[in-house]
Amino acid sequence: MSEGIHPIASLLAAVARGITGVQVQWAGCDPDERQRIYFANHTSHLDFVVLWSALPSEIRAHARPIAAKDYWEETPVRRYLAENVFKAVLVERGAVSKGISHEESKFVGRSLIEDMAAALGQRNSLILFPEGTRGTGEKVGEFRGGLYHLAVRRPDVELVPAHMENMNRILPKGEYLPVPMLSLLTFGRPIQVEPCETKHVFLERAREAVSSLRRIGSA
Amino acid sequence: MLAVIHDFKLTLLFAGVLCLLVILTVIGRILKQDRNSSMVSRSTADNFNAQIAAWWKICVVFVLSLLVGPVGSLFLFAILSFLALREYMTLVPTRRGDHRTLFWSFFVIMPLQYYLAGLQWYNLFAIMIPVLACIFIPTSIAVAGDTAHFLERTTKIQFGLMVCVYCLSHVPALLLLKIPGFEGRDARLLLYLGIVNQMNDLLQYVWGRLIGRHKIAWRVSPDKTWEGALGGLVSATALGTLLWWATPFTPLQSAGMSFTICILGFAGGLVVSAIKRDIGIKDFGAVTERRGGILDRIDSLCFAAPIFFHLVRYYFAP
Repeated sequence: MSEGIHPIASLLAAVARGITGVQVQWAGCDPDERQRIYFANHTSHLDFVVLWSALPSEIRAHARPIAAKDYWEETPVRRYLAENVFKAVLVERGAVSKGISHEESKFVGRSLIEDMAAALGQRNSLILFPEGTRGTGEKVGEFRGGLYHLAVRRPDVELVPAHMENMNRILPKGEYLPVPMLSLLTFGRPIQVEPCETKHVFLERAREAVSSLRRIGSA
Repeated sequence: MLAVIHDFKLTLLFAGVLCLLVILTVIGRILKQDRNSSMVSRSTADNFNAQIAAWWKICVVFVLSLLVGPVGSLFLFAILSFLALREYMTLVPTRRGDHRTLFWSFFVIMPLQYYLAGLQWYNLFAIMIPVLACIFIPTSIAVAGDTAHFLERTTKIQFGLMVCVYCLSHVPALLLLKIPGFEGRDARLLLYLGIVNQMNDLLQYVWGRLIGRHKIAWRVSPDKTWEGALGGLVSATALGTLLWWATPFTPLQSAGMSFTICILGFAGGLVVSAIKRDIGIKDFGAVTERRGGILDRIDSLCFAAPIFFHLVRYYFAP
């Protein structure tokens, strides 16, 4: 991976920030260059770009998104954006693909963790949407196991929850033209896997950490 | 551009505004330091200072836009419309099926309205949103196929466009009116509208604080009292009357115009308050967590502008 930020990435980040007028709040932690996994709710294609652009530039240069291979390798433009512009880590969405056996999905899951751990390396941070797919924005969907396995493997990396509001109204799934509403992005207090915590309990807690950051429409 | 600089009365009007702002800024400072004062609480003083700060900014932007000429003002108000509409649509609940209609509202209808103002194509400018958008919006939502709360959704979008775009676009449209004997001086009319309107807001607030007792509609806006509204109406109308020399009006006509601007400004504030109560927010800055949003500042102007425009056009620009 080459150093620095691709100019197209900076341009897209500026455009995304303009369209979404995003208000960033570091509620539970401060921006820091240490290795982190930012995990957030997912409702729009803009999610990653906006979250990424909200990070200070020195952190941004080492923050890589985790993206679904099946989607981002489909067309040359998407592939270029994912691989060259944003230096995304493209992974198989194991359990989503239908028609594969339990054994196969286990294998895919394992290679997914391998890929993410390799991308993390000694320096990088990751941006992860553990729901695995874009939701409707009403509530945060169930988290996949990848976050848990990665956290167990790299206990030194901070897990920072983030919540994005209104992104689903700006560019919902299935639309390609954005409506410039205002959005909010909140970073919460880092969490970690507690000793003896099961995967299910941890994932539920992580999901709660994200959804509790919701600022409007919760009263 | 030169017309603006060489317009002595316009300069005089601006000088007056600047003096007033300086005086208000000093008062704001005194209120802030005098924290033990029994007259005002600290939050009142902070609100007051925020309002003054906003006026300074508005003033600077306004002067710059006038220097550019009518196009500058059109751009400025188009941006204001955009920001206000954005706040409104963010806080008003919409559904997934409204997405494309909203896209059209922001990127086609809104720019087109200002473009028509710039072209001085009055007939189309006047019916763009009330007639054409009124037909387009429900059609577009119907095409999207989601019928839940159909009428409500149509109305919300239409009303947002009416207030944030249509009404507001009448402010820069004043610059394009051709009033015999008043050519190239329309900027004064714009300033006149702005001064009377903003002073009415301020004086209503001041009178309300000083002698306000009887609430007008406490459910809608706890701040609005009969004493405040009438005090603001009388004093702002008086101020507007005194500014007749800068307008094509006689003193009596100027009184009538100011009176109309004040009454409509009051109506605008009340209606936007009612919308805020309905949505359940304190002000339209809620989403950005700022004190007050754009729409909170321009609500009274939005209601006053189209009527003022049409009165001037009907009686003074045949």
